[in-house]
Amino acid sequence: MSEHRLKTPLSSEDVMNLQAGDVVYLSGVIYSARDKAHLLLRKEGSPVNLEGAAVYHCGPIMKDGQVLSAGPTTSGRMARYTDEMLAKGVRAIIGKGGLPGEPFSGRAVYLAYPGGCGAIAAKQLRLKEQHLSHLGMAESLWEFEALDLGPMIVAVDAHGRDLYREVRESKTSSKNR
Amino acid sequence: MRQDEVVEAVVRALRKAETSLPEWVLEALREAAFQERNPVARSHLQLMLENVRVAEAEGLPLCQDTGLPIFHLQIGDQARLDFDLAEAISEGVRRATREIPLRPNVVHPLTRENSLDNTGPGMPDLIVDRVKGGALRITVFPKGAGSENMSLVQMLNPADDPFEVILRAVAERASNACPPLFLGIGIGGSFDLAARLAKRALFNMPGKTNQELDLLRRINSLGIGPMGLGGDTTALGLKIEMAGCHTASLPLAINFQCWANRSATEVLI
Repeated sequence: MSEHRLKTPLSSEDVMNLQAGDVVYLSGVIYSARDKAHLLLRKEGSPVNLEGAAVYHCGPIMKDGQVLSAGPTTSGRMARYTDEMLAKGVRAIIGKGGLPGEPFSGRAVYLAYPGGCGAIAAKQLRLKEQHLSHLGMAESLWEFEALDLGPMIVAVDAHGRDLYREVRESKTSSKNR
Repeated sequence: MRQDEVVEAVVRALRKAETSLPEWVLEALREAAFQERNPVARSHLQLMLENVRVAEAEGLPLCQDTGLPIFHLQIGDQARLDFDLAEAISEGVRRATREIPLRPNVVHPLTRENSLDNTGPGMPDLIVDRVKGGALRITVFPKGAGSENMSLVQMLNPADDPFEVILRAVAERASNACPPLFLGIGIGGSFDLAARLAKRALFNMPGKTNQELDLLRRINSLGIGPMGLGGDTTALGLKIEMAGCHTASLPLAINFQCWANRSATEVLI
């Protein structure tokens, strides 16, 4: 298990160097997106360039341009969009609870930010711009400058490992033993 | 008592609930962080505690999902309420949404249009008990969607073992519900009563019966761990509430609650 400090946009090499269980702190531009923004991106394309991007499953609390609380939301609701988001060039998806690992193989990682830790996450993010503002506070595509966003765990790596699946399967196998 | 006193009490309760955790919840998290053997799990538990410290010190909502406004009202039979109590609570929610601020979460279920003030038809949800005395006791339980979405009601066959069903449901669903969890469990009653028992079980957390402690131990032996990444700490508490049921039925409800088990109480006389 090693620790990495990375900056967006992420290169293919950045991503391939990460192993499941590693700890990541991420800096640079990241984009928040959840249910409504994903649906809109599917229908109308992305208002921002997602090549090498990190997309954060998050609906923050914002006030007067300040980030007040910004922990991760459940990624599973966005599982239907993984393939097309990665096809747009996204190299890291950040969230909680995990996503099916197969689409990540050879090209991207899933980073788990500790759920419920919205106050700490807010201190690691600065607002740059609000896109798709008509979707409202929770659902807008927010562009943030991240300052060592983390600690995040590489929960799905680009080499076929998926920590959530491993935890589920170790539980099943110990029960069958 | 006056309407504006209720409004102010609701704002105070929401502010406290959103920016801190009850002492017994913090104590359960500290104990788990001390006992946990998995290093990633331990660091998660420590970060959760640090997050609560930052939230409380700076008056920030500890989680960006400030939840659905769910209230438990205990109304004394001698309490004089010559105003619309439901409207007073709604006004408190609207003010808290602006002032704390809370994230506007409440939308129409089909149009998905956001009311922007965390109220709507049937929301806030008021669960009312009539009690003796002259006081009004207002407890708010802001309920986040991550854990609420994993909750379920199931009509079992009376031959089924409800504890096996609970274990299987937790194994499948826990990682999306921000573990370590608190689980409100309703067994018996009817379809809707089971769900209400499960919600009320969350109000009476944690349970201390042998049955409850044994189920908690079995859940923690699943190894799911904080945020589903493995570890000894999968649940911090559970409570079972039961009601009589039809001889042909065995209703079961599980209300998942994330580690941030928020609540706060205000008492007005």
